[in-house]
Amino acid sequence: MQEKERIYTVQLQDVTLGYEDRLLFSHASVGFGWGEFTALIGRNGTGKSTLLRTIAALARPMAGEILIEGKPLSTMSRAEVASKIAFVSTEEVRVPNLKVEDVVALGRIPYTGWSGRLRSADRKAVMHSLELVGMEAFARKSIARLSDGERQRVMIARALAQDTPIIVLDEPTAFLDLPNKYEVCLLLRRLAHKEKKCIIFSTHDLSIALKLCDTIAMIQGGRFSYGTADMLISSGDMDRLFDGTALRFDASARDVELK
Amino acid sequence: MKRRSTILFTCSALLVVVLFVADILIGSVALPLGEVVDTLFGGGDEVTRNIVLNFRLPKAVTALLVGASLSAVGLQMQTLFRNPMAGPYVLGVSSGATLGVALFLLGMPLLGISLGNSAVSSLGVVGAAWIGSALIMSVVLAVTARIKDIMVVLILGMMFGSAATAVVEILQYLSPEGALKSFVVWTMGSLGSVSREQLLIMAPVMIVGLVLSVSLIKPLNAMLLGENYASTMGINIRRTRLLISMITVMLAGTVTAFCGPIGFIGLAVPHIARMIFREADHRVMMPASMLLGSLIMLFCDVASQLPASDMTLPINTVTALIGIPVVVVVIVRNHKSFS
Repeated sequence: MQEKERIYTVQLQDVTLGYEDRLLFSHASVGFGWGEFTALIGRNGTGKSTLLRTIAALARPMAGEILIEGKPLSTMSRAEVASKIAFVSTEEVRVPNLKVEDVVALGRIPYTGWSGRLRSADRKAVMHSLELVGMEAFARKSIARLSDGERQRVMIARALAQDTPIIVLDEPTAFLDLPNKYEVCLLLRRLAHKEKKCIIFSTHDLSIALKLCDTIAMIQGGRFSYGTADMLISSGDMDRLFDGTALRFDASARDVELK
Repeated sequence: MKRRSTILFTCSALLVVVLFVADILIGSVALPLGEVVDTLFGGGDEVTRNIVLNFRLPKAVTALLVGASLSAVGLQMQTLFRNPMAGPYVLGVSSGATLGVALFLLGMPLLGISLGNSAVSSLGVVGAAWIGSALIMSVVLAVTARIKDIMVVLILGMMFGSAATAVVEILQYLSPEGALKSFVVWTMGSLGSVSREQLLIMAPVMIVGLVLSVSLIKPLNAMLLGENYASTMGINIRRTRLLISMITVMLAGTVTAFCGPIGFIGLAVPHIARMIFREADHRVMMPASMLLGSLIMLFCDVASQLPASDMTLPINTVTALIGIPVVVVVIVRNHKSFS
């Protein structure tokens, strides 16, 4: 029996990222599957945001190719990309008068006509997305008046309304308190598993990532590594994350401690 | 559309009609309504016909178009730059147009080039205003591509404005009396200085600009969340920026060319629309800004005639008096919401 080549939702093929004067990491090859919940970890400035922006087609890799469901990202049209990948950025959205349901409705932009008018199917998608993140009671509230945790949930609902197989989030748990960090991550995990979405998010919350994520992608010292939490711990990659710092990784507690 | 918006749109539209009629009736010679209606249907005596058809009607139509145009531009700039303080006047686009006109009206005679007849010079003024405003707009866009701090952009916009004014002053100092006079007359420009023939050039340009503005409703809505979000939702950011710049030049540049610099309408009217309609969606905000812009411009024009019936206040003074309080309220509110 001939083995078919596996098709991933997001696949990095020998990807090198960097800017003119600085190389972030080189020759990364990895595939993310359907319903996979992945945390992207690494120190500040290692290129987490750049990688996420590159997957969302906001930037281009220096070399290599990113495949979306087997198709090279660079050959896809703007509209096609918008129907495959939704992006949640770190930008704070605080527009006066803009209501929660308006924000989520913007997720339908790839599917609406010239004026962006919602049809009944679009309206259903908006309500469904709000229900999935538990914010349906806030639909008519102004986005500017929400707490950070509530606003982050709304931004996730907007990504859900875009109805894409892939959602990429840049530090969705930054600025949140600990219960909110867990809740947002649990919500994302539930969405990945139940809605069969491929969800990749960057984070600095190592212990949450180790506890809740299916897989972890890591950028450390110009090297890209990927695997389950256990794989990265036993391979020593986790230890290397804290090389040259006052911290070390404790494999038994699956958390960091002072040296 | 929601009921609240529908009611507000109907009321504003009715007020625009009332003010449009009032603008025709009020002036150095007050005209009775019956006579004006007669004139519009081909009757009336010659003096009234002349006043209505050659002066009052073009002026009222100009007010309608100018108000809608400046407000549409202001709304787009505020969304594009994600800054409540953006507007064609504040960011120096109107000053750019003024500089262009000054270079044309003052610079050409200084170089010994005669401006010839009025049709040529009036087209030249429009072209110069376009080039001047396009220049400032492209500088502002180039700066915002690199510097994201919007306060810096606003300060730079004001600096461009001051620089343009300084150059204009030097030109004025150097210019012979004849050229100087035609420029000073232009700077005092008012809605009433637009002749019927000029209106025939101005109106189509502005209507195209207004239609293009409406066509950008969806990209503008996406840009409310920022360029990253808009881009990942399939919006072509470069195309949108280019179109908004084009519209700004077409509308703000043309207004400045024909009526002189008019401040605060572009900045203030979108905020008034936000306060009244309580919406952010451009499907409401775009028509609301245009309608309220026409309304306020007509009101300003009527107000400028009122104090003494044979004297007219410069339109820029009236718009400043109405616009500045709105700007102050917006600054105070913004300060609260960020602190």
